[in-house]
Amino acid sequence: LFSAVSSSGVARIEKVLIANRGEIACRVMRTAKKMGVRSVAVYSDADRHSMHVAMADEAYHIGPPPSQQSYLSMEKVLEVAKKSGSHAVHPGYGFLSENTEFAEACKQEGIIFVGPPSSAIRDMGIKSTSKHIMSAAGVPIIGGYHGEDQSNERLQAEAARIGYPVMIKAVRGGGGKGMRIAQSGSDFLEQLESARREARKSFNDDVMLVEKFVEDPRHVEVQVFGDMHGNAVYLFERDCSVQRRHQKIIEEAPGPGISPEVRKKLGEAAVRAAKAVNYVGAGTVEFIMDAQHNFYFMEMNTRLQVEHPVSEMVTGTDLVEWQLRVAAGERLPLLQDDIILRGHSFEARIYAEDPNNDFLPGAGPLLHLSTPPPDQHTRIETGVREGDEVSAHYDPMIAKLVVWGEDRPAALKKLRYCLRQYNIVGLNTNIDFLLSLSGHPEFEAGNVSTSFIPQHYADLFPNLRAPSGATICQAALGLVLQERNHTQEFTQASTDPFSPFGFSSGWRNNIEFNRNMTLQLGDEINVAITYKDDGSYIMQIGEEKYHVTGEVELEGGASFLCCSVNGEKSRPKLVILDNTVHLFSTEGSAQVSVPVPKYLAGVSGSGAQGGAVAPMTGTIEKVLVKTGDKVTAGDPLMVMIAMKMEHTIRAPKSGVIKKVLFSEGSQANRHAPLVELEEEGEDNGDGGNQ
Amino acid sequence: MLLQSVRPWLLRCRSLPLAYTRPYYADKVARLGGGEKARRLHTSRGKLLPRERIDRLLDPGTPFLEFSQFAAYELYGTEEVPAGGIITGIGRVSGVECLIVANDATVKGGTYYPITVKKHLRAQEIAQQNHLPCIYLVDSGGANLPRQADVFPDRDHFGRIFYNQARLSSEGIAQIAVVMGSCTAGGAYVPAMADESIIVQKQGTIFLGGPPLVKAATGEEVSAEDLGGADLHCKKSGVTDHYALDDNHALHLARKAVRSLNYKKNIEVTVEPTEAPLYPTDELYGIVGDNLKRNFDVKEVISRIVDGSKFDEFKAFYGDTLVTGFSRIFGYPVGIIGNNGVLFSESAKKGTHFIELCCQRNIPLIFLQNITGFMVGREYEAGGIAKDGAKMVTAVACANVPKITVIIGGSYGAGNYGMCGRAYSPRFLYMWPNSRISVMGGEQAATVLATITKDQRAREGKEFTAEQEAAMKEPIVRRFEEEGSPYYSSARLWDDGIIDPADTRLVLGLSLSAAFNAPMKKTHFGVFRM
Repeated sequence: LFSAVSSSGVARIEKVLIANRGEIACRVMRTAKKMGVRSVAVYSDADRHSMHVAMADEAYHIGPPPSQQSYLSMEKVLEVAKKSGSHAVHPGYGFLSENTEFAEACKQEGIIFVGPPSSAIRDMGIKSTSKHIMSAAGVPIIGGYHGEDQSNERLQAEAARIGYPVMIKAVRGGGGKGMRIAQSGSDFLEQLESARREARKSFNDDVMLVEKFVEDPRHVEVQVFGDMHGNAVYLFERDCSVQRRHQKIIEEAPGPGISPEVRKKLGEAAVRAAKAVNYVGAGTVEFIMDAQHNFYFMEMNTRLQVEHPVSEMVTGTDLVEWQLRVAAGERLPLLQDDIILRGHSFEARIYAEDPNNDFLPGAGPLLHLSTPPPDQHTRIETGVREGDEVSAHYDPMIAKLVVWGEDRPAALKKLRYCLRQYNIVGLNTNIDFLLSLSGHPEFEAGNVSTSFIPQHYADLFPNLRAPSGATICQAALGLVLQERNHTQEFTQASTDPFSPFGFSSGWRNNIEFNRNMTLQLGDEINVAITYKDDGSYIMQIGEEKYHVTGEVELEGGASFLCCSVNGEKSRPKLVILDNTVHLFSTEGSAQVSVPVPKYLAGVSGSGAQGGAVAPMTGTIEKVLVKTGDKVTAGDPLMVMIAMKMEHTIRAPKSGVIKKVLFSEGSQANRHAPLVELEEEGEDNGDGGNQ
Repeated sequence: MLLQSVRPWLLRCRSLPLAYTRPYYADKVARLGGGEKARRLHTSRGKLLPRERIDRLLDPGTPFLEFSQFAAYELYGTEEVPAGGIITGIGRVSGVECLIVANDATVKGGTYYPITVKKHLRAQEIAQQNHLPCIYLVDSGGANLPRQADVFPDRDHFGRIFYNQARLSSEGIAQIAVVMGSCTAGGAYVPAMADESIIVQKQGTIFLGGPPLVKAATGEEVSAEDLGGADLHCKKSGVTDHYALDDNHALHLARKAVRSLNYKKNIEVTVEPTEAPLYPTDELYGIVGDNLKRNFDVKEVISRIVDGSKFDEFKAFYGDTLVTGFSRIFGYPVGIIGNNGVLFSESAKKGTHFIELCCQRNIPLIFLQNITGFMVGREYEAGGIAKDGAKMVTAVACANVPKITVIIGGSYGAGNYGMCGRAYSPRFLYMWPNSRISVMGGEQAATVLATITKDQRAREGKEFTAEQEAAMKEPIVRRFEEEGSPYYSSARLWDDGIIDPADTRLVLGLSLSAAFNAPMKKTHFGVFRM
């Protein structure tokens, strides 16, 4: 109907619906725009003002924030596809991308599903089936049990046969969900139960497989592409070994240390795998690779992967364009011999998460966001802008930073250079962690494995270094200059715009102006600032004295503190938000706060003082205290569910609960005070006028 | 606790007379207040030092024009009362230029010496003339009892403070009191008479009679806090309006009170963007030099004070011992009158004409005073110098535009009157550290007295030897030398403070800015004797 197939066998795709959100939706739209294809977005309530909605030519609302009722709702997506007259649906990754019924339903409606035939999805979606097929096609596979007998006894027996350690995986699983490792027979049942529980919750299916667990393996995957004319090619491998919580954070192409021979073998095995299921479109064949570069088929992802840009960068291709052309029935734009591997590319995933707290996912507003300038060799794949919110409802990925270099060291250098320019304020991110990860000598040497983070934990999480005196001076200078700026703006807007009372020289008759500034960096630190006649400052921290000068410079919407501390010049990026100074320099980032005075703590927005605050946006599961209760520091106050995890909020200090601000089942925003806690012996001056 | 340090200007002008006061200045006025022990006691109670209070009251990092830092200097014999035990000045609070009066409780418990009263009253006078909201940071034990006779009964004594508060309030000049320590007896009226008052818990107390007096009068035993603390006055008596947890909170509340004044500065003159002078201001030290008898060209001074060193001189070739002309300082228009020698009839008439111009045009007047007096001698008396001088004095006295005087050199005799001395109520009067002020020079005075004595002796047929004459003149010269010093003057509040010559431009700019808060008043001159 809509996809009238012409005589040449090529369908017409002039309008594509992107059944996704965030960066991948934006990514697809960019290519669609380039190709002159109109794009249709769908959005949930949470995404009403999101970037992908703004970017699309048309956008349709499809329901409330939970994915089940919006992005995962086949009926709603299909309805929009029909209503908007879309010729094709691009599912992106996640959501409906590997859903056989959806692919089938699209076909029924005469809408092109941009992806492989539903049969291929089905075959590859069930891990045991996929292994049978691969084994038959001569693709190396790893020993395991993929049988139908799901009794505990049988599974445990099979595990013993394969030999510990084993991995227990949900057959329908993916993305690390429903996956556990049993080190020995003694913890097998416990891990099995846990995996089943998670699988039931995530996929409503708890069929498990057991397979050999390769210790410290590498995760190497091959990008493949097939068309409807029986062609299939590979676009070389990606190494995605470095993972946390079984999720990738940094990927590269090609795999480091992989010889051309192994590369060819990998590629050809992957193409065999694709051909075995008559694969059409973009797919990824995942292998695990041991230290001897033996590789075993793991699974095939029948979609465009998150990390596809690194393959694009080293082959000079646009895989979304390929997807759309192949979906329309065109032949592959390039055949194997035309695909040349050039240079090296890295992708770093920037997440809203707290690496120092077991990579706890976060959500919240992006109060400040500045990125390195994109260019031919630097891509910023993102679905958010400054001021947007990273929603607790979806994946907390903020962006993908993709770089290309002539060789691995050049690309890595570029990656680190760009990461330092990727500055975010408002929520915790893994940027500093990515920097220490990509700067690790073993990573530089290409010695990567899936155990990289636990192996090098101590190096990757160095003890927090207290900011140097010079950094504290920069923060203090930032605050002083901000004050000056406020005073200047006020004066200029007043009826007396040139009054010397609007100067910020701190001039005093015959006396030098000294002031104490209290800053918080874990401990409170006192900075005594003396204003000099020449506009410079002497800052004293403890016994140490610094001579400080500087100005704020605006460039491309960001502020830079162009300053000199004891003659050493630097130019960190400066962001001051809510009593906190954020400094981003080539040496890393630093945060210095101004403590909220006690008398303002009760009414301030930060609320970080006094009571307990929500660590992130979430739902209050349980309230453990009531008004009037006496608590001591560390006592649990509430249990909160956020990002599918339980968090216990504890009393920051001893005292009496004055007020409980949230009830069970209610939603609390990040940093929202949860209780009012009155310190023991604290005279709150009740009846006072504040 | 924060220590202030002295800026190095006094070191730079050590060649100037009387720089020997520097150690006193640094230690007593700027650094210590009432001394190490008193300061420790003060801060141990969780209280801020008075200058720190002011710093935190002001918009952060903005200037503070402090007055009369040398008040009480060597005034009470061995008793030291640094800065007169009270700090006064003008600064910007929540964007509004305010007059701030802060008691220094580290100095004699913040009690009022006669000079303290004078300084407080002078601050209120400045507030009245310039229409500046007043903020009193009260921390005072009230009148200094041993000196009650010089503090209590007269018109310009303690009671005048409250009279002024009432009158200022009636003129729409806001009165805000922050009680940060004791406010005993008469002092209790400062917060009570204020439009709005704030009190710090456990620090501030207000009562007409303290616990010892209550016990003596009625036998009732009561703590200071129960008798007049924050809880009592905020919850029961209603003497205070706002309850502060500590000094910082109180100052924050005071800033909020100012924000609620709905105050708008209506500036009635044209303003232009500021331009720095072409010549560095610290060259003034070299221009002034250390020899008062050597005259310097006032235009050299003007060119280091005014915007872009631009001076549109008026009547340049007439009566040139008086320099008159128009300029701008920090964008504000000014008419400058400076001395380049003794005043003659022409100079006085030119000055009168210029003052009339400025009054006609609403232009503030700046007097740069370096004057030995009007010319004397038969020829000049016959020429009517007395009546021409009187014209200028009339003009100066009647001029209602803001007048600001800086004594940059000598200030002698009727020259002081013609050049808007203290008696002519300039809005502000500052002195350079090299300046001198007396009815005439010490030498001349001694010679006059010696001549009179000699004549008397001659009439009596007695001898008056050269030795006798020298012995008689010596103490007179010495006394004039001492009393003519700017420190002697500033100690007695004959001026509003000694300033660094290099700061003159800024001090004038701040003073002008403050002066423009008051609405301009039309001038009506008295009868000029023609």
